[in-house]
Amino acid sequence: MPKISPKKTPMREQEPQVRARNFDEVPFGYTPDEAVEEAKRCLQCKKPGCVQGCPVNINIPGFIGQIALGNFWEAMKVMKQTNTLPAICGRVCPQETQCEGQCVVGKKNEPVAVGNLERYIADWEGKQNECVMCEMKPATGKKVAVVGAGPAGLTVASDCAKMGHSVTIFEALHKPGGVLVYGIPEFRLPKAIVEREVNFVQSMGVKLHLSYVVGKLKSVEELLQEFDAVFVGTGAGLPTFMGIPGENHLGVYSANEYLTRSNLMKAYLFPKYDTPIVRGKRVATVGGGNVAMDSARTALRLGADESILIYRRSREEMPARQAEIHHAEQEGVKLNLLTNPVRYIADDKGWVREVECLRMELGEPDASGRRRPVPVKGSEYRIPVDTVVVAIGNSPNPLIPQTTPGLEVAKHGNVVADPKTGRTSKKGVFAGGDIVTGAATVILAMGAGRLAANSIDEYLRTGQW
Amino acid sequence: MPGQFVVLRVNEEGERIPLTVADAIPDMGILVIVFQEVGKSTKLLGTLNEGDSILDLIGPLGLPSHIEMFGTVVCVGGGVGTPEIFPVARALKQAGNKVISIIGFRNKDIILMADEMKSVSDELIVATDDGSNGNKGFVTDMLKKVIDRGEKVDHVFAVGPVIMMKMVSKLTEPYKIPTVVSLNPIMLDATGMCGVCRVDVGGVTKFACVDGPEFDGHKVDFDMLMARLRTYLPEEKRSLEEFESAQKSGGCCGGKGACCA
Repeated sequence: MPKISPKKTPMREQEPQVRARNFDEVPFGYTPDEAVEEAKRCLQCKKPGCVQGCPVNINIPGFIGQIALGNFWEAMKVMKQTNTLPAICGRVCPQETQCEGQCVVGKKNEPVAVGNLERYIADWEGKQNECVMCEMKPATGKKVAVVGAGPAGLTVASDCAKMGHSVTIFEALHKPGGVLVYGIPEFRLPKAIVEREVNFVQSMGVKLHLSYVVGKLKSVEELLQEFDAVFVGTGAGLPTFMGIPGENHLGVYSANEYLTRSNLMKAYLFPKYDTPIVRGKRVATVGGGNVAMDSARTALRLGADESILIYRRSREEMPARQAEIHHAEQEGVKLNLLTNPVRYIADDKGWVREVECLRMELGEPDASGRRRPVPVKGSEYRIPVDTVVVAIGNSPNPLIPQTTPGLEVAKHGNVVADPKTGRTSKKGVFAGGDIVTGAATVILAMGAGRLAANSIDEYLRTGQW
Repeated sequence: MPGQFVVLRVNEEGERIPLTVADAIPDMGILVIVFQEVGKSTKLLGTLNEGDSILDLIGPLGLPSHIEMFGTVVCVGGGVGTPEIFPVARALKQAGNKVISIIGFRNKDIILMADEMKSVSDELIVATDDGSNGNKGFVTDMLKKVIDRGEKVDHVFAVGPVIMMKMVSKLTEPYKIPTVVSLNPIMLDATGMCGVCRVDVGGVTKFACVDGPEFDGHKVDFDMLMARLRTYLPEEKRSLEEFESAQKSGGCCGGKGACCA
């Protein structure tokens, strides 16, 4: 057996200084040769840990084995048995804690680059004249409504469609994709790719209603009269602010607003597109997750001279993917760790000009298991800024919980759903993704969607609740 | 429902424009909105002719007005706030209130919906800033007169420019007349997702798109609202200038010139 290369086949990417000033995607993707080379590093384990590590249990050795043989079409067939959104997952999943984290090769060397290969095979398919179709079961005559066209909703929709149910998605925004279109920037997830994968879901017969707010136009209750089951995947769309003085000053954004302007409304192309955005020269982003990284990197691309990240814990506790932190630092984002903002100071026109911060130190572990940051007394100092992006998290969107009597809600506004089945307290209503868990990842939402689809199918077949 | 709004886009490059619903006939699929051409987006909307279509529309959004039998209610509309107060006045009238409506405009040539307002009001007062309709003054002057003549006003609804709503609220506060204002902050998604429409109401941050747009006028921080409305003045100016110069040069260049750059 040939010796395995200790390192992943590297993926070529734009130079940091160049890419920090454009919105094009950062990595270029593998060539066919590179993909085959990387696929050959896979040991084809009998009991693959990677599959266990994947929230949607993709047959990873299966598709990688086909890539290693150069059978790309076959590889895509294997992929689509369990994942209809591979081009997205390959780009945004935290592979290091999932599939790649369980990879046997990774015990002594770098793990097999599962994410890169997933992305490769999906992009390869996108360049072909036709795409691999999924095996569809015969029509059952049952109707499923899916509320929200984000990662959870799209997964439920495509899985239920495969099972033969008639699916209709209701999406509030004017474009489908949820966080994939309003949140994650073009340079990390090109919108053409989201569009392609949504088109694929529609090609399976899924109907899509855009600009349709369930809870306003129709309630879940009313949907239940038309549909046999309803899935609620409305996400964590409510931005959290810290409640510190000055948060309403001009130039202080929620990350949702900042990213929605830039991504969904294409404000980075203003004035060709009509929606404006403040192009700050000194931008501070508050937070340590992927959304914070996306915001800080967007600020650079909008022309910031300095993009400063303010995070109250240390690097180890940052919830962002390693690759995002790495990319952000490469591009010149400055990390101000163990720092917490206490107020924003404006000029006489109301524009934010300074952030007052406190230095922090790490104390005892808190409920999350991470060491709790404790302020250092008297350590106040100010950072000059002209734009602030608050990226400290989102809460579940309250619209559906508020307008659906009988739907049990937990104290943070999360819809209560059985983690194994997605069943809520209301008969026929299922939920999954950020609306249940609070802000998490794309792939966890897809995992929840997969489970919910299976239990929707069971419910529709047996009628048992 | 009175007080609610919709968001529309004219074309793919366009903004999401929030506009209050002036009237709706759901059975016929008719939605009436009245808008003033101020910036590029509203001027672009104004270029559409009968039979043209917009790209998309979402709604109804926001909470409907709280309508009940208050007694005597004064409905104040300023400029294009008038079409917005119209469905509110009508609903209040239907609920059995005595409705006194006060609508104000800069001059008599731009008076809007006076007949409609009259049809749903027990009394209608039309004021103009320049007195060109024979009744000079601001809506606040008229409201003061109504209160001073001894009318027992139980409730006030006001829709119009922020400064007008601020002055109406200031006027009614010492009389302890509950006053509802309909706020028009900058909005983006208008479904509670982005927070740009946040307003300070009694020291608490509220999102106008989902918690409003109507709030207690005595608690709203109008100065903050006015400041936040100025966020994109330079961009709005630039957009408008490019749009107007493109209009002058015979409409859109089709991807070659300034309007499409």
